[in-house]
Amino acid sequence: MIEDAVRLIPADDSSWRLEAYLRRGGYEAARKAVTSMVPQDVIAEVRRAGLRGRGGAGFPAGLKWSFVPQGGTAPKYLCVNADEGEPGTFKDRAILVRNPHQLLEGLIIAAFGVGIGQAFIYVRGEYASIAGRLEEALAEACAKGFLGRGIFGSDFNLEVVVHFGAGAYICGEETALLESVEGRRGQPRLKPPFPAVVGLFRSPTVINNVETLSNIPSIIGRGADWFIARGLPKDGGTRIFGVSGAVRRPGLYELPVGTPLRAIIETHAGGPPDGLAIKAVVPGGLSAPVLRPDELDVPMDFDSLARAGSMLGSAGVIVIGDRTPILDVLEVMARFYAHESCGQCTPCRLGTSWIHKIVSRMAAGKGQRGDLDLILDLASGMRGRTLCPMGDAAAMPIHAIISKFRNELERTVVP
Amino acid sequence: MSYAPSAPILKKIEEMIASYPERSAALLPVLRAVQEESGWISPEAEAWVAAKLGIRPIQVREVLSFYTMFRREPAGKTTIQVCQNLSCTLAGAEDIIGFLREKLQVGPDGTTSDGRITLVTVECLGNCDHAPCLQIDGIDHGRVTRESAAALIRELEAHD
Repeated sequence: MIEDAVRLIPADDSSWRLEAYLRRGGYEAARKAVTSMVPQDVIAEVRRAGLRGRGGAGFPAGLKWSFVPQGGTAPKYLCVNADEGEPGTFKDRAILVRNPHQLLEGLIIAAFGVGIGQAFIYVRGEYASIAGRLEEALAEACAKGFLGRGIFGSDFNLEVVVHFGAGAYICGEETALLESVEGRRGQPRLKPPFPAVVGLFRSPTVINNVETLSNIPSIIGRGADWFIARGLPKDGGTRIFGVSGAVRRPGLYELPVGTPLRAIIETHAGGPPDGLAIKAVVPGGLSAPVLRPDELDVPMDFDSLARAGSMLGSAGVIVIGDRTPILDVLEVMARFYAHESCGQCTPCRLGTSWIHKIVSRMAAGKGQRGDLDLILDLASGMRGRTLCPMGDAAAMPIHAIISKFRNELERTVVP
Repeated sequence: MSYAPSAPILKKIEEMIASYPERSAALLPVLRAVQEESGWISPEAEAWVAAKLGIRPIQVREVLSFYTMFRREPAGKTTIQVCQNLSCTLAGAEDIIGFLREKLQVGPDGTTSDGRITLVTVECLGNCDHAPCLQIDGIDHGRVTRESAAALIRELEAHD
């Protein structure tokens, strides 16, 4: 069991309040960083901790910070990615509701380390009604002098703005998020230049996920070694695994990185309800290629999932029971990616909508011989041919569903 | 017909603009504020926002037509958004959607004939451990059954 003091999502109901956070030792790590560390040492400690991005891509956070040019008088920005839109993912919501001060403390430390004076927290529009606690936490932190001008009596200043999205999955992609903060359509930018050099308002910018930043206070307060010991050397700490679908106890489980997927599903989430067996599992949000029941002993860390041909992604685990037709799953995927393609790159715009049309036709009982191969062909035509990872994010799970459940699809789809 | 926000909304809009390094960056929050007050964003409101932020009207239209939460026509007094992504589908979202459409006598993304309730399907609301889930004017409701859905509708009708 993880003790409450270091949990990203404390069990205690009042955990979101400032007093409760201060009782857990809150803001001590930020005070330590700002008043007694040099910025380079903050970055070095986070690099050593092996903290990988919790949004989905798993890029090492400290390394990302180190790409931002040091010094200079030009503004630099931090964007917090709270655009949690990957289907099956609901962990950042819980941090925003139960532990907003820990996110803010992580944000302060990150900004101090990189030399940033203004941060934007990009919250998906659908979370507006739960963002009240975050906004209250911001006001409390400002009133205490943890944010604003002269933080902890130093000459470090940091302003924070909460920016709401308005319903677009693509804005979780970091350059689309920047476009959206600047007041435009969320259409990803060509990279390079990377945001660390040319980002928000053409200035150096760091973009970090909510859960990523919420890990920073422990890394600075307790040290990189403590953090690594809780996970793996190259993938430190814990992950908040969100389990939904065909399990007895859907919910969030904060466990060491590398916990086997089967243990998460069976031991923690209680396994499938009586009378159901597992047909398939999506291990890391809808875009993570599906696993079969014989593939569930995989340790849940970025490298192990990649070796298994899938990805850890956002660690949103969706369990599919054996009574669910796999065509239903394919239909949801096809509709979702066609709806969310931003339309900028032709392979993704046309590929996702064409696949959706074929799958809808199949679902209407009018499948044709060759449909599955045509979908596979369209999916492979999208891979590696789009500006942003969305083309791959759509193609990979659709490819996996068809290749792993081809027999069932052929039985049900082809007349 | 011209558009003008109320004095409190105008004040809020000025504060929003001031919190960004560039005026045009306030577009999303400003549209949000306009929609919160008016229920939708009319062509007149679009023109007002463009002038306010010093951008061309087409830039406002581009953003409005991209994000699904912005409305370019009036909707019902209350909007129900039902999630239809994977976790909710596995938990019976399709049945809930069918039940609500039948109960409200509306088609896909339709509004009741009395103009009170708009029912739309949406992608993941990030509340997957409470599947099937929906939002009523942005407020979350989870583990929805036919019974709880019917109760929510009764409550909406009673409050009218």
